[in-house]
Amino acid sequence: MSTALNNNADGWDPLIVAFCCNWCSYAGGDLAGTSRMSYPANVKVIRVPCSGRLNPMFVLRAFQRGADGVLVAGCHPGDCHYSTGNYHSRRRLSSFKRLVEFAGFEPERFEVRWISSSEGDKFAEEMEAITGKIKALGPNRKMRDARWQNVT
Amino acid sequence: MPRTGVFICHCGTNIAGTVDIARAIDASRNFPGVVHADEYRYLCSEMGQDLIKNAINENNLDRVVVGTCSPRMHEGTFRKAAAEAGLNPYMLEVANIREHCSWVHRDIEEGTPKAIALLRAAAAKVALNDPLDSPELEVEKRALVIGGGIAGIQAAIDIAEAGYVVDVVEREPSIGGRMAQLEKTFPTLDCSACILTPKMVEAAQHPNINLITYSEVEEVKGFVGQFDVKIKMKARSIDPVKCTGCGVCYEKCPAKAPSEFEMGMTKRKAIYVPFPQAVPNVPVIDRENCLYFKKGRCQICAKECPPQAVDYEQQDQIIERRYGAIIVATGFDQLDPSSYGEYGYGQHPDILTALEFERLFNASGPTGGKVVRLSDGKPPKKVVFIQCIGSRDKARGMNYCSKICCMFTAKQAILLKEKVPDAKSYVFYIDVRTAGKGYEEFQRRAAEEYDVAYLRGQVGKIFPEGDHLVVHGVDSLSGKVVDIKADMVVLAAASIARADAPEVGRIVGINSDSYHFFNEAHPKLKPVETHTAGVFIAGACQAPKDIPDTVAQAGAAAVKAIGLLSKDVLKGEACTAIVNQAECSGCLYCEAVCPYNAINHIEIEERYHEEMHKRTVAEVNPSLCQGCGSCSVACRSGSINLKGFTNEQILAEVDAICLQR
Repeated sequence: MSTALNNNADGWDPLIVAFCCNWCSYAGGDLAGTSRMSYPANVKVIRVPCSGRLNPMFVLRAFQRGADGVLVAGCHPGDCHYSTGNYHSRRRLSSFKRLVEFAGFEPERFEVRWISSSEGDKFAEEMEAITGKIKALGPNRKMRDARWQNVT
Repeated sequence: MPRTGVFICHCGTNIAGTVDIARAIDASRNFPGVVHADEYRYLCSEMGQDLIKNAINENNLDRVVVGTCSPRMHEGTFRKAAAEAGLNPYMLEVANIREHCSWVHRDIEEGTPKAIALLRAAAAKVALNDPLDSPELEVEKRALVIGGGIAGIQAAIDIAEAGYVVDVVEREPSIGGRMAQLEKTFPTLDCSACILTPKMVEAAQHPNINLITYSEVEEVKGFVGQFDVKIKMKARSIDPVKCTGCGVCYEKCPAKAPSEFEMGMTKRKAIYVPFPQAVPNVPVIDRENCLYFKKGRCQICAKECPPQAVDYEQQDQIIERRYGAIIVATGFDQLDPSSYGEYGYGQHPDILTALEFERLFNASGPTGGKVVRLSDGKPPKKVVFIQCIGSRDKARGMNYCSKICCMFTAKQAILLKEKVPDAKSYVFYIDVRTAGKGYEEFQRRAAEEYDVAYLRGQVGKIFPEGDHLVVHGVDSLSGKVVDIKADMVVLAAASIARADAPEVGRIVGINSDSYHFFNEAHPKLKPVETHTAGVFIAGACQAPKDIPDTVAQAGAAAVKAIGLLSKDVLKGEACTAIVNQAECSGCLYCEAVCPYNAINHIEIEERYHEEMHKRTVAEVNPSLCQGCGSCSVACRSGSINLKGFTNEQILAEVDAICLQR
């Protein structure tokens, strides 16, 4: 199943991990479903209580394990269910993105978005957008740990 | 090794339409730790739940994954079912294969692999789940209301009527607050005292309400259900049991001081009640101005007091009491406009704030209810009202609208016309904002029936000229400079947070916005809750607001407090943070990011090289923790984890999802 490592990008389909906060973005994803919107199945969502729970370590692990893109989505600034969590994540993740860039990795593979629970359409659009962008970028070869496949 | 059962719901065709259930079941059987996999048409139905319960018992399952709709929909249902089969309810995870999968993907070839990935992630996570317990807390069935204005009084009456004991702590000698200072209330022109005084008396006489006046809250410890509060009762120098409120003492007292209630416009005695309808009607001695306390002589009040209630020896007292809920209703202040030099406030006796002007209408006010100039005692014929002094003023960092000024200005202009029929009012405004039931009509009445001239524009300067004050402004609609020779100027000074609001917030453990108004837990959905469980806010301490809104909010806060007090035991959040104190370095970044004050630092003793050492480490109070997990990321040594969403669990999900690679 190691198509991603093939230089031949035919048959390659990106994998995108989306970390969504329980109160806004995950609920926005639910609304996208309830409203029967459609977006690419490349995106797989992991639910976290708050975007402030997002340790950059989780993002790195996703890239090491072969994810081609990572999206973090939380409540709009000012609307955090826990009052300040997304302020912390906004700050932490924007410097993390710089760090990723500094390390020579494509920063475009990592995005942070604010999606409220009423923005089902925005959720679907963002999933569409990041999938399109990652498809254009091609597979994640730089950060992916080649040993990971042997483990499986 | 975990014994996990996977159950996949068809949800009719909602899931089965785009997910090949048989393929998903086959794949699930191969996930690590999965010993059982089954499917059902509607898993949330009673039959579906029974299927899960029976499988748990028959296969000796210790963990469950359900592939169903969103956990925000039915997680609770399935957790309950798992608990009924004897599992800890937190040993269950939901794979959202409907909202996040079958409903958003078009065909089976797209939906099936994704559903399998989501199920695999849930199975990987559940393998690391631990049984969790919600902390249980006993609730002290007594409420504390801080602040005895209309918000505090209303909240206290509502709580008392529900059958709970409530203490009202008021800093001033009497309850009543700002509303007691008002003459009339918009938009109906009810006399403020006529509607407030009965409420004050009701509060004083209610068997479930204790008024603790002339007192302040010094310390709040503990948490929801069990707040341990220290209240300082300042020495009143009067025995409230003996005092009959006859008033002989303050009639005879020879020492005077500026009256706080009248904002210094008149004097009161050193022994005084702040205003005639004060509740409780028990005077206090202001020891800073009392001749006996200053010079050791006088004691006239003690000699004259018929029941001999004066007690110069009284000391401050500390009351320590436990409360289940706290309502903060500490009200607001009016901005002192003297920092705005252009308006000349404080330079001339006929330039007043709106609250000072209000007192001129009151029969017990500084002029005995006569609306006259303080400079010469003549009734003012031309009065200029200026709006937004310190409100909507970006340049000074006061961006917010004080909300009540447009309305009280219209009210005062109407009252003025009624008292001085040949008076003419001018109002300089930025915008006239009159949202509220009957408000727009009221303001239009002022403009149309009471001949109030509204000038859209700002005032640049006010200076005295002879007997008059020249108000130099711009009418921005006509573009002309306007000079009005006024007899009196009334400044709608901004409503601001109490000067000591940050201190009160710190004591009670609630936070405030950049203007020091207390923050509600959610701007729309939790308007009276705060981020500290069990502490509620009401009235203008949260933001400027009028009396109807204040009373409504006080009622809402009371209901929240009653809801809390009605429980014998509280169930806390199970997914809380936990510190590994052996690894904690005591940097306390976690304490700084916690929005709930749920993290404290404690000293622990450890044996190291045969010696005992003390070390500071963080500790989470699970009763306060709401489980956001901010601390777990702020922790530099990685020694805080969040139960239910541990680092290991989230990483396991990441790994499982990435296995498709």
